[in-house]
Amino acid sequence: MTNPVLSVRNLVIDYIGAETDFHAVKGVSFDIQPGELFGLAGESGCGKSTIAFAVSRLHRPPALIRKGSEILVDGRDVLTLDDDALRAFRWREVAMVFQSAMNSLNPVLTIEEQFYDVLRTHTQTTREAARARAAELLKLVDISPDRLSAYPHQCSGGMRQRIVIAICLALNPKLLIMDEPTTALDVVVQREILQRIDTLRKQLGFAVLFITHDLSLMVQVSDRIGIMLEGHLVEVNDAQTIYHSPQHDYTKRLWASMPKLHGAQIVREATS
Amino acid sequence: MSDTAPILALKTVSKIFGKGDSAVYAARDVSFALHSGRTLALVGESGSGKTTAARLIMREYSPDHGQLLFQGAPLGKADARAIKAYRSSVQMVFQDPFSSLNPAHTIRYHLERPLRLHQPGLTGSQRKAAIAELLTRVKLDPAIVMPKYPHELSGGQRQRISIARALAVNPKVIVADEPTSMLDVSVRLGILNLLNDMKAELGLALLYITHDIATARYVAEDIMVMYSGQIVEWGAMDSVLDNPQHPYTRLLLSAVPDPDRRFSDAGAELDQIETIRRRAALPQPEIRQVAQNHFIRPMPEDGR
Ligand SMILES: Nc1ncnc2c1ncn2[C@@H]1O[C@H](COP(=O)(O)OP(=O)(O)OP(=O)(O)O)[C@@H](O)[C@H]1O
Ligand SMILES: Nc1ncnc2c1ncn2[C@@H]1O[C@H](COP(=O)(O)OP(=O)(O)OP(=O)(O)O)[C@@H](O)[C@H]1O
Ligand SMILES: [Mg+2]
Ligand SMILES: [Mg+2]
Repeated sequence: MTNPVLSVRNLVIDYIGAETDFHAVKGVSFDIQPGELFGLAGESGCGKSTIAFAVSRLHRPPALIRKGSEILVDGRDVLTLDDDALRAFRWREVAMVFQSAMNSLNPVLTIEEQFYDVLRTHTQTTREAARARAAELLKLVDISPDRLSAYPHQCSGGMRQRIVIAICLALNPKLLIMDEPTTALDVVVQREILQRIDTLRKQLGFAVLFITHDLSLMVQVSDRIGIMLEGHLVEVNDAQTIYHSPQHDYTKRLWASMPKLHGAQIVREATS
Repeated sequence: MSDTAPILALKTVSKIFGKGDSAVYAARDVSFALHSGRTLALVGESGSGKTTAARLIMREYSPDHGQLLFQGAPLGKADARAIKAYRSSVQMVFQDPFSSLNPAHTIRYHLERPLRLHQPGLTGSQRKAAIAELLTRVKLDPAIVMPKYPHELSGGQRQRISIARALAVNPKVIVADEPTSMLDVSVRLGILNLLNDMKAELGLALLYITHDIATARYVAEDIMVMYSGQIVEWGAMDSVLDNPQHPYTRLLLSAVPDPDRRFSDAGAELDQIETIRRRAALPQPEIRQVAQNHFIRPMPEDGR
């Protein structure tokens, strides 16, 4: 048995309010193995992004991680890291592609400068070395190095999203977190991006925490899937089990409300 | 696409952004018709021109070529009264239920405004009754929802408000541009059922724009597939989905998430993505009928 790259133990996160606190994550525990693609699914507002931000240590007040929670990356508790350790942790250990990341590139910088920014902050590098590394990273996501001199608005949405992923891979993280990385894109572009991620994680060995609403897509790419409901992780299983024999009623209901592309359509009573 | 006369139609409409080398055909020779009591789905590539088609219908853009027909008559040089009638007959529901509602105003205010504009004769209490009726129609409890602000509602509830607001002016046509892409599966189905009910009960004509082809099949009788400004394939829903003829449609359908197929065993279409993309972007003026209600624009061969 290898050691998990990520181990979340009894994670409790509240949003602190003026009068009452909102309990967003209620005692969640799960592991991700090195190289594994782990999917996290569940209704809007169930706490998926809150967990993603906590794991990458990007959570901000009013979010408060309660005492007793543990987030171990490679065996080290990331909740106890000081500022210096955090700087070394981000990008090298865990990198995150945000919901709507394709709009997060700096519009006034060329693609090359965006790579240089990250590489320079975290490593001793020259411009030449950074350019060579950036070209190599772009090739990983099927983008020609000619694009280094382009600005974000000159690239399509799918291309911008792949650039963000390439930047996230710049420092060889052990865990890549992707929060709804392809929601606004057509299914062909979505498929190209995720197929690329699937190949890269096998080639480079990083693990992925993948968040989406689309259960069918999740079953296609994930090794294991966790289903969340109102802050609780209600079911964790390998992808085929989640699809063929879901255990929790909520997982069954999710499947029952997915319209079909061919054959008999779902019945209306599926909604409640 | 059916025997009745269309309520609204685009006839060989083109819309070009930019000039010279950087010109983009966001619509190239686009024709389609909307019928009362029916839904037409529009799917396709990101950036292919779907929202542009919606904006042409909403008259936010005017066509560079071609015409918009409303109840059979061209709208271009119509008089002010015809335009006003058109404006209240054709309503739009947007993708993002967060940004389309004003956070400073209550739900009651959001619905009161369109009613004041389009039925100025109503008294205060009649207007309140009309609001209650609209909210009931979209399956919300008027007593609870009326005094609330948008941020106090969930995404699905907000999208219902957008639909109620569109219905407030008694439209004949609703254009919905990705109305459920921000919502999760269980909420999404509620909105789709609501659209189906509106169509049946109020005889509305719907244009449903989406990236989610399975939901398109759930709400629409007919479908169009768009690539690079052109409608490359269109017709009866199951004929197109079960027997796709245009290479881009096949590519698109092969990429629809399917839990029965692992990513590792990708289809043949995916190996040819770049070839299909390059050729599908060329002008495809010819139209070929492949079944009774099923058409494509065949791709030209390379190098022609
Ligand atoms: N800054 C905040 N202050 C108060 N409550 C918050 C804050 N951010 C999030 N929440 C609440 O915490 C809960 C979990 O939010 P989170 O963003 O993690 O959901 P999610 O599962 O990612 O949803 P989605 O699928 O819509 O992205 C929600 O009910 C949300 O309203
Ligand atoms: N106002 C504008 N000025 C210049 N170009 C535009 C304008 N609006 C759209 N375009 C271009 O026209 C093309 C079609 O855009 P449109 O928004 O209609 O695509 P879409 O099919 O709705 O895409 P998505 O699926 O991403 O929503 C794109 O290349 C876009 O960049
Ligand atoms: Mg989220
Ligand atoms: Mg659009």
